[in-house]
Amino acid sequence: MQTQSDYAYDSKIEGDVIVTRVDAALNWFRANSVWPMPMGLACCAIELMAVGASRFDISRFGSEVMRFSPRQADCMIVAGTVTYKMAAVLKRIYDQMPEPKWVIAMGACASTGGMYRSYAVLQGVDNIVPVDLYISGCPPRPEAVLDALMELQKKIISQPCIQDLNIVKTLTGQNKS
Amino acid sequence: MTALESANQLKAKFGDLVTEPTEFRGEISLSLADAEKIFEVAGFAKQTLGFDFLVDITSVDNYGEDPRWTVVYHLRSMTANTELRIKTNVSEEKSELPSVLPVWRSANWHEREIYDMMGIRFSGHPDLRRILMWEGYPYYPLRKDFPLAGKPTDLPNVAFTKPAPLEGGPFVTVAGGGDSIGREPRVRNPEE
Repeated sequence: MQTQSDYAYDSKIEGDVIVTRVDAALNWFRANSVWPMPMGLACCAIELMAVGASRFDISRFGSEVMRFSPRQADCMIVAGTVTYKMAAVLKRIYDQMPEPKWVIAMGACASTGGMYRSYAVLQGVDNIVPVDLYISGCPPRPEAVLDALMELQKKIISQPCIQDLNIVKTLTGQNKS
Repeated sequence: MTALESANQLKAKFGDLVTEPTEFRGEISLSLADAEKIFEVAGFAKQTLGFDFLVDITSVDNYGEDPRWTVVYHLRSMTANTELRIKTNVSEEKSELPSVLPVWRSANWHEREIYDMMGIRFSGHPDLRRILMWEGYPYYPLRKDFPLAGKPTDLPNVAFTKPAPLEGGPFVTVAGGGDSIGREPRVRNPEE
């Protein structure tokens, strides 16, 4: 049985060499190893657990490494109602995450405050942190979370990641200072 | 001993301080005239009448009336399987009554919640801090004169609040009204 196509990468012919752009390679690494910071605050967190479990299996997209330390995480998934009391904590955890970092607002509450038009609830987590993706639903289905993750991967791949580095600017003569 | 018998014993012990017990749907309530005596009444209810479990303490804001606050104690006897409700009024100027924490330790968080949401203080409470909102939040949000959307506050490095956009709300659902269009949440006048 043939298991390998003749047109794929063949180490016998090409050796241990792959030709690509640094941008593309780095983005490929980043997009396929998005380590989530599960900011589970309410019932959305239950659905987020389902995304991580075997039926939906977030590890198919390289994001099974849920890190409860913000310093090891790339993407904060805000799953649930953000109260004003929690808002400062959430901002602090976001600030502790290393760059590059992304935020997914999961569900109605994290996106807009949801049904809580209340003195106690922050009306959308985008009031305090920059949000890359909003997921609708109350709570969203696990498929919707995986869809958001795939959209985030598309976004990561489409963004240049080394152009803005100072050393690249210096080498290419863009950095005048 | 039934709940009514317990209430009558309480009446016999404290006389004019408590009203005659009233019954509504099988539940016995009585009112205590002087909120300062709640500790003695609570102690008697536990030691002599066997109400060993404090189910809940709640507070009512009778906005525009005097006295403004009503504090309601729900007692339960685990052995006799009976429940008793004790109400007492507190004026807005005073806004303070004795803690029943030495009688039932579960009163600790109930009294803190009432302090947090309604602003009624409990004298003798060992740890009267806010329990849901943060220390330094200037309002008592469950009072009737507090707007539903909230008020703006800012406590740097702790928390801030902004008024919630009500967009013409609150949206009220009507139970049992014809079809689903008639029941769905809409802006409604209280007169309707």
